[in-house]
Amino acid sequence: MSVAAIFLAAVAAVMVWWLAQQRLASRPWLEVGHAHDRRSGAPPPAAKTGLGVFLGVVGALFSLAISAYFMRMASSDWSSLPLPGFLWVNTGILAVGSVALHWAKVETERRNDETTRTALLAALAAGLAFLVGQLFAWRELTAAGYLLANNPANSFFYLLTGMHGLHIVGGLVALGRLTVRAWGRPLDRRMRLTVELCAIYWHFMLFVWLVLFALFSGWASDVVDFCRQLLT
Amino acid sequence: MVDVRSGIGEALPPLEVEDVELYHPHSWWTRYVFSQDAKIIAIQYATTAIAIGMVALVLSWLIRLQLGFPGTFELIDAERYYQFITMHGMIMVIYLLTALFLGGFGNYLIPLMVGARDMVFPYANMLSYWIYLLAVLVLVASFFAPGGPTGAGWTLYPPQAVLSGTPGGKDWGIILMLFSLIIFIIGFTMGGLNYVVTVLQGRARGMTLMRLPLTVWGIFTATVMALLAFPALFVACVMMLFDRLLGTSFFMPAIVEMGEQLQHGGGSPILFQHLFWFFGHPEVYIVALPAFGIVSDLISTHARKNIFGYRMMVWAIVIIGGLSFIVWAHHMYVSGMNPYFGFFFATTTLIIAVPTAIKVYNWVLTLWRGNIHLTLPMLFALAFIVTFVNGGLTGLFLGNVVVDVPLSDTMFVVAHFHMVMGVAPIMVIFGAIYHWYPKITGRMLNEVLGQIHFWVTFIGAYAIFFPMHYVGLVGVPRRYYELGEMAFVADSVHTLNAFISVMALIVGAAQIVFLFNLVWSLRHGRDAGGNPWRATTLEWQTPETPPSHGNWGKELPVVYRWAYDYSVPGAPEDFIPQNQPTPGRLGHEAIS
Repeated sequence: MSVAAIFLAAVAAVMVWWLAQQRLASRPWLEVGHAHDRRSGAPPPAAKTGLGVFLGVVGALFSLAISAYFMRMASSDWSSLPLPGFLWVNTGILAVGSVALHWAKVETERRNDETTRTALLAALAAGLAFLVGQLFAWRELTAAGYLLANNPANSFFYLLTGMHGLHIVGGLVALGRLTVRAWGRPLDRRMRLTVELCAIYWHFMLFVWLVLFALFSGWASDVVDFCRQLLT
Repeated sequence: MVDVRSGIGEALPPLEVEDVELYHPHSWWTRYVFSQDAKIIAIQYATTAIAIGMVALVLSWLIRLQLGFPGTFELIDAERYYQFITMHGMIMVIYLLTALFLGGFGNYLIPLMVGARDMVFPYANMLSYWIYLLAVLVLVASFFAPGGPTGAGWTLYPPQAVLSGTPGGKDWGIILMLFSLIIFIIGFTMGGLNYVVTVLQGRARGMTLMRLPLTVWGIFTATVMALLAFPALFVACVMMLFDRLLGTSFFMPAIVEMGEQLQHGGGSPILFQHLFWFFGHPEVYIVALPAFGIVSDLISTHARKNIFGYRMMVWAIVIIGGLSFIVWAHHMYVSGMNPYFGFFFATTTLIIAVPTAIKVYNWVLTLWRGNIHLTLPMLFALAFIVTFVNGGLTGLFLGNVVVDVPLSDTMFVVAHFHMVMGVAPIMVIFGAIYHWYPKITGRMLNEVLGQIHFWVTFIGAYAIFFPMHYVGLVGVPRRYYELGEMAFVADSVHTLNAFISVMALIVGAAQIVFLFNLVWSLRHGRDAGGNPWRATTLEWQTPETPPSHGNWGKELPVVYRWAYDYSVPGAPEDFIPQNQPTPGRLGHEAIS
């Protein structure tokens, strides 16, 4: 459970940092009036905070699944599966999607609606391409006889990529709705916010994918072993 | 003496959240059924939770009938017995307590108490309820599925949960159970995001975090914990579904069943236990923290005294929330583990007793020299304190590895957790319903019926669970369908079991009085007025009772003080609402 513990420690650090700014040591019974409400005039939009909290939940989900991966890996019947080279291409495509959304976000800030739409389309296409690529990787593996139930390494591979893929599908739904709404009409404040939120979500899913990819390729366990050696 | 006037003339800080455009329902359907109003959603959540809770109550009757009078009722065979205990536990913990505290009270109280018009994402909030309802329906469906519901125990430990020896293991039962949990978690996450972000960003002007009523602190912290803990259950459920449906071996070791070698191999049942209890222990506090918060407000209001040690109370809530994530393996002492792990988890478990004890002291010190009104909410709050102390003390026994190992599979554990996370939070739920019902409906609940309900429930619960400790100490195992001829089981145990069962029937019946009261008082209850308990918190200061859509009329409230200005010396009344700038009603010169 060490991965989950590390993730929770990170979440706890954020919470402690935030709580430290909330005057938890104040004496509310002595304070009357408004002098102590130090909230600034422009808080982040609620949707952005909501997305931050949601990503915390998604992070907990994946870190727990990865913890389970490491615990299950310790048993003797584990034999890693060869990664299809295809996954490198997929990683690239997902990164392209992330870059495209970042581009879209920058262009919304410059109020370039036309370029924003192009960038959104590019991101949408990249997301779809990634999903198709993942399906191809699955097909390649099943054709080579690496079926879901043959080995725990296979089971985890399909489970984790499946979970990640479903999150990408969810992101694509949001992105698709945004693209449809943004088509043929000037972007308003809400749409610009949604572009930014999509970009954050995509960066996060890219990060999760990179962690998973490192996990499947065995680098993650090398790192873990290395850390273990450092500690002992 | 505090200068209650300081800081009043200062300029208002800017409005934290711009006054949002509310969704305005256009038809009966969107107003009362597919409503996006947190208050309606709260009532929907609470009604559904109580309804499914009644099913669990009836199941507990059936369990007790078997234990008290074994062999008398042909309806209850061994298989059904296991289905009953599984469903009773699962429903009570997740579909009743979690849903009622967070979905019910969270939805109703958070927007009103922080001074918001509604939750920040009303649409997701509505979806949250309907997904919860779907989870409940899937759960109920398992009663009617071939083979009946799962009988794996509420912890659903593999491998037995998916084997043919367990009821529902090879039928629909376990599948529906796992799907229902997965659906529940998805729905809860939607609601949970709302509760957290509304507290973070929906607060009215002047409502700093340290002015939040402890109810909101409790629900807020519990929601954060739930958002981080439920993913563990989610992962565990998905992996077990894979094992059951697709033949993977996440949790399933090599196993011979009915002389046949199953295709599983190498899986780790302990892995499931880690995931399950990583969720399961925080779950105890997900239920307890809202109860802590609510009970603090009930005691302060009905003792007409500010809560003792507000800051400590807040810190204790946060610390308990944090600590509860590093104690899970104390549920697994008997699963076998490295003794150093056992030592670590025993230590963290016992450390949790410190902030918890601080809270108990603060409740008692709040009562000390208070002007205690023995209203129904206060009675239930007092009952909570004693019950929680009782259950907490046996928890100290069980937190120690050496004491836990012999007691672990006995009725002692059953008595312990029913005291601490069964009876205690339920007491708070009752207290809270008696307290807030006037705000929700505009009418008081009937006092006489309430007194009957309280005394039968309180004394009855002790009559049930005190003897059960003794039954456990003499070694009567839990989870057994019948005891049969066991040398160490004295005759007195059988007598006690019969007594416990009779009491359980009586306490269960008393809840019918409560339900009747809820319905009867809707029409016939005494008119409550806007603030019958003369309470300070914002929900009692709404322009209308019950609060209308949007809660606050034209102007959002502005908060000038903390939530516990009761019996302030020099003030003309014994309470000063949070949105009142000066102690006097009209802001006059009543301060000496």
